[in-house]
Amino acid sequence: MSTPLKFYQVGSFAVGNRLIDEADLSVQSSTSRSNSLTSGHRACQGCGEALGARYAIDAAMAATDGKLVAVNATGCLEVFSTPYPETSWRLPWIHSLFGNASAVATGVAAALKAQGKSDIRVVAQGGDGGTVDIGFGPLSGMFERNDDVLYICYDNEAYMNTGVQRSGATPPGARTNTSHAVGEHPGASFTQGKNLPLIAMAHGIPYVATATVADLHDLEAKVKKAMGMRGARYLHILVPCPLGWGSRSEETIKLARLATESGLFPVFEAEYGEITETKKIRRRVRVEEYLKPQKRFAHLFGANGHSEMLSAIQAIADKNVAKFNLWDSEEADTNHG
Amino acid sequence: MAETVAACRPAVVCAYPISPQTHIVEALDEIVRLGELGTCQFVNVESEFSAMSVAIGASATGARVYTATASQGLLFMVEPLYNASGLGLPIVMTVANRAIGAPINIWNDHSDSMSQRDSGWIQLYAQDNQTASDLHILAFRIAEEVSLPVMVCMDGFVLTHAVERIDLPEQSEVDQFLPPYTPRQLLDPSDPMSIGAMVGPEAFTEVRYLGHAKQVQALELIPDLAEDFVKLFGRRAGGEHDLDGLVTSYQVDDAEIILVALGSVIGTIKDVVDEMRELGTKVGVLGITSFRPFPLDSVRTSVMHAKKVIVVERAFAPGIGGIVSSNVRTALRDTSIKISTAVAGLGGRPVTIKSIRGVVVQAIDDTLPELTFVDLDVELINRELERNRQQRRSGPMAENLLRDVGSR
Repeated sequence: MSTPLKFYQVGSFAVGNRLIDEADLSVQSSTSRSNSLTSGHRACQGCGEALGARYAIDAAMAATDGKLVAVNATGCLEVFSTPYPETSWRLPWIHSLFGNASAVATGVAAALKAQGKSDIRVVAQGGDGGTVDIGFGPLSGMFERNDDVLYICYDNEAYMNTGVQRSGATPPGARTNTSHAVGEHPGASFTQGKNLPLIAMAHGIPYVATATVADLHDLEAKVKKAMGMRGARYLHILVPCPLGWGSRSEETIKLARLATESGLFPVFEAEYGEITETKKIRRRVRVEEYLKPQKRFAHLFGANGHSEMLSAIQAIADKNVAKFNLWDSEEADTNHG
Repeated sequence: MAETVAACRPAVVCAYPISPQTHIVEALDEIVRLGELGTCQFVNVESEFSAMSVAIGASATGARVYTATASQGLLFMVEPLYNASGLGLPIVMTVANRAIGAPINIWNDHSDSMSQRDSGWIQLYAQDNQTASDLHILAFRIAEEVSLPVMVCMDGFVLTHAVERIDLPEQSEVDQFLPPYTPRQLLDPSDPMSIGAMVGPEAFTEVRYLGHAKQVQALELIPDLAEDFVKLFGRRAGGEHDLDGLVTSYQVDDAEIILVALGSVIGTIKDVVDEMRELGTKVGVLGITSFRPFPLDSVRTSVMHAKKVIVVERAFAPGIGGIVSSNVRTALRDTSIKISTAVAGLGGRPVTIKSIRGVVVQAIDDTLPELTFVDLDVELINRELERNRQQRRSGPMAENLLRDVGSR
């Protein structure tokens, strides 16, 4: 905890919002914050997961006065942060397996309770593969038992650590190495998908929220709120992956914002199975604006593109907007073409 | 069993039901709910995979952890099983030995724990319920001394569902034998450390070697702890005929034929030994309590003088044969002792005095093959093999065999 923090952005609204009122400053903008995931790790340039993890864990550290244990699933986050002896974690951290982060966290929480150390809190974290696929059973068990753990999923919508393969969270039409952009129906299939925030809500747990790395204040506020509660809590953060999405590394934040503003990634909060707060879209955009900068959707565009698939994806976005009441047309900018 | 485990004061117990271990954790649930274990947490998990994962998290947080499983459950937790030993977490688990399917079978053999012999866990095998109880106390002590997880293997139904009068340990004695757990590594915000990091070729071999070195360390430690146990409890943890905590020895010293076995079948073998000794046959039985670490020296020293060794196994390795035998062969390398493997008691088939006697008689007559399946129903097998020859779609074999059995 002794390494001084470095700030590269000065006087900008980007990372720290350092020009706003002190009371509203983000945890990230404070030089006295913890440095839970410190610099020098091996994430790719523009990695959304590295950002998301640092924001989330520092916010959780701030909310718990540094009394925090982190459990990590196998995946990019685990690999790029701990090629030992170069660990980037500056809090007690354990990695066990790909599919068991939630259950290990349950064990940590149970031990702390048995020892009368309930002031020490537990966070489990993993990618979308470790959460919606291989770790789904244990996670559901953790929800059902209402174990005192905040589980954070950093969703980059595919198995990126193993070289970009389709997961249960891969969006329809997306090209991965197990959903190639060839044949009559290129890219990932149009199925009903696996919306884990909604599945988490169906367990009736105290808190479920979604967030993206595009809105730091919102993300931090949700972590803080989650750490103020007991029982099973779930936070699902969209984290663009330049490598897997085929996007420019400087566009990570922009893409996360477009995912929300297109309606494809609804940002909301829910308590005990009921939605309590929905983040309204300020400037609604068509899905093309979000999809086009990503090479994983390149096959949908151009002369040999698939306009019918674009329409189908737009329909998903429209359905989200209606279902989650994401857009208030009277209050919002009207950029929607 | 539950009362003994409770006397070991676990801080976290995680449980998932599978026959024939379930009643142990059922009883522990009641003990915890009644507050007899203070703040001990009982966690009902949704799978064995999670049972072992919860155990890992709790152990790394400094809690003494217990769980129990069997058969398919043990296989379902294989991934975290290796993780627990790789991380060096002293979890204690009962394995109520049961066959592995297919075909599904709930009865006793050793296929489950034998399949995990290379998982890095210490494995102790109980011969009766007194040793099963006592070995749990020993297991926690060994685990925490060497920072390795320990399986206490007890034969499903044969032991787990037997009603036997045993001496339960006094709490004060257990407390004396088993001091509070002091972990080597701890998830603690006041001293943050990373556990479970990626290790590359530069140190992986060394980390794995340490897993072996700790087993070797346990091999030296167990005899000492076994002596401590006797002093405190007035009986040997490995049973009446325990030699050094690692093996048990019955009528072995002058025996020309020595049977080697693990678990409850040793009771039956002792009866055969008594019977055949009366007729003048010099036969004895060496029981292996600690299968991992494998007591090469104790086995070698005990049976060096024998002419023939018969390893009675309740599991086998398809495609080669004996599992325990290959370990015994390593112990008896460079000797001229004839070693045979007798696979017996699979899937709950009773291992009778008659069966064991038959094997020994064959050994005396020099007609015992290197690998034999005791009481094998050859006619049943030949009928299925004939069916396979006659038609391509001969159907599911287990169901075919059962139909043949039913039509007899």
